[in-house]
Amino acid sequence: MSEIEKFKFTRSHEWVCLNEDGSATVGISDFAQSALGDIVFVELPALDAALQANEVVAVVESVKAASDIYSPVSGTISAVNEALADSPETLNEEPYMGGWLYKITLADPSELDALLSHSDYQDLYQ
Amino acid sequence: MNKRTALYQQHLDSNAKIVDFSGWDMPIHYGSQLAEHRQVREECGVFDVSHMTVVDVDGVEAESFLRYLLCNDVAKLDQPGKALYSGMLNYKGGVIDDLIVYAMEDGYRLVVNCGTREKDLAWINMQAHDFDVWVLERPELAILAIHGPSSIDKVCSVLEPADAEAVRALPNFKGVMCGDWFIARTGYTGEKGLELIFPQELAPAFWEKLLAVGVKPIGLGARDTLRLEAGMNLYGQDMDESVSPLAANMEFAVSWEPQTRDFIGREALTKLKQQQLSGGLPVLIGLVLEERGVLRHDQRVVTDKGEGVITSGSFSPTLNMSVALARVPAGSSSAQVEMRGKLVSVSIGKPGFVRFGKKVFQPLAQ
Repeated sequence: MSEIEKFKFTRSHEWVCLNEDGSATVGISDFAQSALGDIVFVELPALDAALQANEVVAVVESVKAASDIYSPVSGTISAVNEALADSPETLNEEPYMGGWLYKITLADPSELDALLSHSDYQDLYQ
Repeated sequence: MNKRTALYQQHLDSNAKIVDFSGWDMPIHYGSQLAEHRQVREECGVFDVSHMTVVDVDGVEAESFLRYLLCNDVAKLDQPGKALYSGMLNYKGGVIDDLIVYAMEDGYRLVVNCGTREKDLAWINMQAHDFDVWVLERPELAILAIHGPSSIDKVCSVLEPADAEAVRALPNFKGVMCGDWFIARTGYTGEKGLELIFPQELAPAFWEKLLAVGVKPIGLGARDTLRLEAGMNLYGQDMDESVSPLAANMEFAVSWEPQTRDFIGREALTKLKQQQLSGGLPVLIGLVLEERGVLRHDQRVVTDKGEGVITSGSFSPTLNMSVALARVPAGSSSAQVEMRGKLVSVSIGKPGFVRFGKKVFQPLAQ
């Protein structure tokens, strides 16, 4: 199984990936970064913020538009990707790796089951 | 089906992302708009702008016709090849379009916007009725803009030596005919460069030659951020038929002298000038946002003199912060922009942020 198969996707183009420690990492899909174009600013959530699934958690601004990012899952923010402040282009270059947005301690891991697999997501948005 | 320029296949070959642009399939970028923007500021890039409309005007009354049609005065074009930026106004003094007019060996050449082509041609032809002139659209011509610090060297390296010599000798805002090619020192980026107007069947081979000497293709996305940094207006955003040149930072393109010259919109513009002198006309200014975020078209602006609106806003890759053009009440000395529900302070100054790769924006002392 390749890495990407571990990722789950939303219809609003976020991805979430379960980590070994039980937390999850969240980012935006390759389709999303490509549609947005060059990303120039990222506004990330505060550490320890508690949020519900589908709540606006971050804002990504590209040369073209500002986009709200919706959290795919409920939980508490445990880390944010500070490096994006100085190099937002990482989001374009490595949406599934260095371009992650935040890590979250899951309130309800079963929420992951309702999300799209990579192949289902690709079928919808390729 | 959308129209395509003679270089459509070349765009695909360079991995262009194609978008609809006023009915044309045009490249918005070839991978990264930011990289293309920087390429033009630091080295050199080529834009296919063949979607723009070329209109030749000639005939015994061509000069008197254009002196009536345009708010700038083509009498200033005292030798062939010279270029002039102008507005074409309606009777209310609103801008129908902005354009470049070149004096040619015989007659004049206008380059007008693609999005306004039909209304422009209709207006020009209607006004031409009372003059002994002919008006001829030239859709068979390609237009390439090559801009950046090394643009003139690059272009000259692929021209015939005699043509290259003529091009090197050109001052800014001047062009020269090289056979059936017209090559001029004009553009829309704030960098030095050339615009080439020539038969479209020659465009693919010439494009390949430019790429072979290291000129990079640049999409219309970077063209927009380059012109915004240069403080140049975009028709339909920064001005339109409801806005006069006086409220669009275009008074430099209005020729009030000689007072005996009548031009379309002069009477209305003269009244608007009185309004401007009493402070009653809004002005187009530049905004810079020093914190994170991007200023956008149509955002509300609140100044110490009242409300205004952002006409063009984007991220400035050269300044690494967001810049905008905004129309605000005259005399405004401080401004805030409503961004996503919050009022954010911005610096204000004259429109124009970057020229020749360097920051030129001067914030107004508050």
